[in-house]
Amino acid sequence: MRHLRMIGLTLAAALFAGQANAEQLTGTLKNIKETGTITLGFRDSSIPFSYLDDNQKPIGFAMDICYRIVDAVKKELKLDKLDVKLNPVTSSTRIPLLANGTIDLECGSTTNNAEREKQVAFTNTHFLTASRFVSKKSAKINSIDDLKGKPVVSTAGTTNIKQLTEANAARSLGATIIPAKDHAEAFLMVETDRAVAFVMDDILLASLVAGSKDPGAYTISTDAFSKPEPYGIMLRRDDPAFKKVVDGATAALYQSGDGQKLYDKWFMQKIPPKGLNLNTPIAPELKHEFAHPSDSPDPASYKAM
Amino acid sequence: MSYHWNWHIFWEPAPSGTGTYLDMLLAGLVLTIETALGAWIIALAFGSIVGVLRTLSSQTASRIGFLYVEFFRNMPLLVQLFLWFFVLPELLPHAWGLWLKQVPNAPFYTTMIGVGLFMSVRVAEQLRAGIGSLPRGQKLAATALGLTTAQSYRYVLLPIAFRIIMPPLTSEFLNTIKNTSVGITIGLIELTGEARSMQEYSFQVFEAFTAATVLYLLVNIVVVVAMRLLERSLAIPGYITGK
Amino acid sequence: MIANFDFDVIRRSLSYLFFDGMTFTLMLTGLSAGGGLVFGTLIALMRLSSFRLLGRIAGIYVDLIRSLPLVLVIFWFYFLVPYIGQWLTGSSQPVRVGAFTSSLVTFIMFEAAYFSEIMRAGIQSISKGQPAAAQALGLTYGQTMRYVVLPQAFRNMLPVLLTQTIVLFQDTSLVYVVSITDFLGAASKVAERDGRLVEMYLFAAVVYFVISCLASFGVRRLQARIAFVH
Repeated sequence: MRHLRMIGLTLAAALFAGQANAEQLTGTLKNIKETGTITLGFRDSSIPFSYLDDNQKPIGFAMDICYRIVDAVKKELKLDKLDVKLNPVTSSTRIPLLANGTIDLECGSTTNNAEREKQVAFTNTHFLTASRFVSKKSAKINSIDDLKGKPVVSTAGTTNIKQLTEANAARSLGATIIPAKDHAEAFLMVETDRAVAFVMDDILLASLVAGSKDPGAYTISTDAFSKPEPYGIMLRRDDPAFKKVVDGATAALYQSGDGQKLYDKWFMQKIPPKGLNLNTPIAPELKHEFAHPSDSPDPASYKAM
Repeated sequence: MSYHWNWHIFWEPAPSGTGTYLDMLLAGLVLTIETALGAWIIALAFGSIVGVLRTLSSQTASRIGFLYVEFFRNMPLLVQLFLWFFVLPELLPHAWGLWLKQVPNAPFYTTMIGVGLFMSVRVAEQLRAGIGSLPRGQKLAATALGLTTAQSYRYVLLPIAFRIIMPPLTSEFLNTIKNTSVGITIGLIELTGEARSMQEYSFQVFEAFTAATVLYLLVNIVVVVAMRLLERSLAIPGYITGK
Repeated sequence: MIANFDFDVIRRSLSYLFFDGMTFTLMLTGLSAGGGLVFGTLIALMRLSSFRLLGRIAGIYVDLIRSLPLVLVIFWFYFLVPYIGQWLTGSSQPVRVGAFTSSLVTFIMFEAAYFSEIMRAGIQSISKGQPAAAQALGLTYGQTMRYVVLPQAFRNMLPVLLTQTIVLFQDTSLVYVVSITDFLGAASKVAERDGRLVEMYLFAAVVYFVISCLASFGVRRLQARIAFVH
């Protein structure tokens, strides 16, 4: 009789404990625990943040950061096994796919701004970059005003195409704006003379030029469409528990020496698939942000200090 | 569920500076209609020629018609548009290719011609069926009266055949309108493209696509009613087609 | 000019193109055709049933889908399916669906509208004597449909159904608009990465052409054989 009571009490205690635990988990964390999987969104050609190598596997600076976040989530949920699924996204599908639950984290080169924060949330910034354009040296396009009446391409769904559209209207440039599906397609348009310029974040432009067939033929403008804006890894809004875990993981990464090491791996050393070295030392603003991680959408808040 | 509904989005200004989001969608609608009309004219022109070719007794004419139909029918429309837009300029001599690539509104013309040729096959097949359904006596009587082949087609066969195939041609025209949406892959920002742009700038997915859906339905209704009126006004009393 | 072309890029990417791209396309075509046929037959039966409301609903569905471009329907379902899943399963978060599942749902729902019209014509072409005789023999509505009417309708409309499937095969290329990697998407990715647009798109065109040609040829022979039996 006493044994039965003990077993009964233990079972009841276990049940209550189990229930209490389940009640504490909400949103994405709950989903991850229940399904045992987490889905990361990756990009095709956002070198070196998130892109496909020769075996069509996604790699990159943002991918590595995401894998650290996955480790933190695994530890937080005390899971033995966490299946990581990978889902391709483009600039125009990343937000809807995050909102409708297809992906849990978007690991790429997404600009964090106030308007997007109405729909999604961002974790601590992992890069700062401004909008510029690339063109062939032979086209002799030196300033934004030189784009008058010309065909200009940018990637659909980006802040860059929006800035280009607004500048086009504000400065009455009369440029024909061509939206491309992804960065590789847009750069190809400049390569094949379908467009005279490609407007995009300068780091992505530098990577595309470096990896092209004839890097010497291109030039990146000094004119910029914006101040250096922050990149952040995206997650769903209104999910404070998940955001806490993600923010904690990224802050820990950046503040420890690992953040700088990871940066150097992708920006100061040879990267697959062609062994390019982008040779871009860490900007002082970014170095400062690594020491004091911030997820602010305001470009003015990132100072070199 | 974290989707925020906002039906007022249509009256908010679009970042392209040309007005509200509703204006954006309507601009897309106009482009859709223009592309569809242009494509339909090409489809009718080429389709009629090929349809007639396939009904002629000459073997070569029949062959040419057959090859034309098979060529355009066995490739997806998307692949055909890519061939016209990306491949053709590269195959031409460099100067011509460059000119083609820099033509203003290249996506518009390419989509128009691409969709037009694609649909011309459907028109050709319908016309072939239409001519084939005519009583054999018609052609024989025309020849007996001394009309040449060209004249017998122009004055006897085609007028009736076209009236017979008006209903299927209506649905082919509707298909043409729908097929113009494939142009977004080569940069033609018509109605579906504008809805997509609206979704990207404003994040209001469902509002944008609902508006596009409603507009397509309206276009459908207008076309069906217009074609029915046309059919009635062209009908010849006494024939099956003339009620 | 032809000398500039690098046809080797095709050989290097063959395995990616066919194992990733073509399998996606073929699986999507096959499963959508099957699902669309089942669903389409159901819709056709709804339209022909004696319950006016059912007929109305089915009619509206078919007219709606047939008035919309496939591209728009693809966008709708691509963004909508997880929310539908959430509503169906009553979960607290939108259900996670992969690209394949989303495309599958899209094409099944889309093709069902077209298949339903074909099956409706097929069912209506069966002489009234058949279901009447079945009823006289004491078969229920369900049994009549399952054993007498549908098999005959299906057999009569097989060539048209197969032709529509070939059209479906070509239409799957449109998943390109949501960057899903089917055969054309795979060719496109290789083209953009290596800058070899001409070679890859020509190759894709040839492959689609050959497959569609062979399939049409097969359908024509099948049509001849069925006609002969009749």
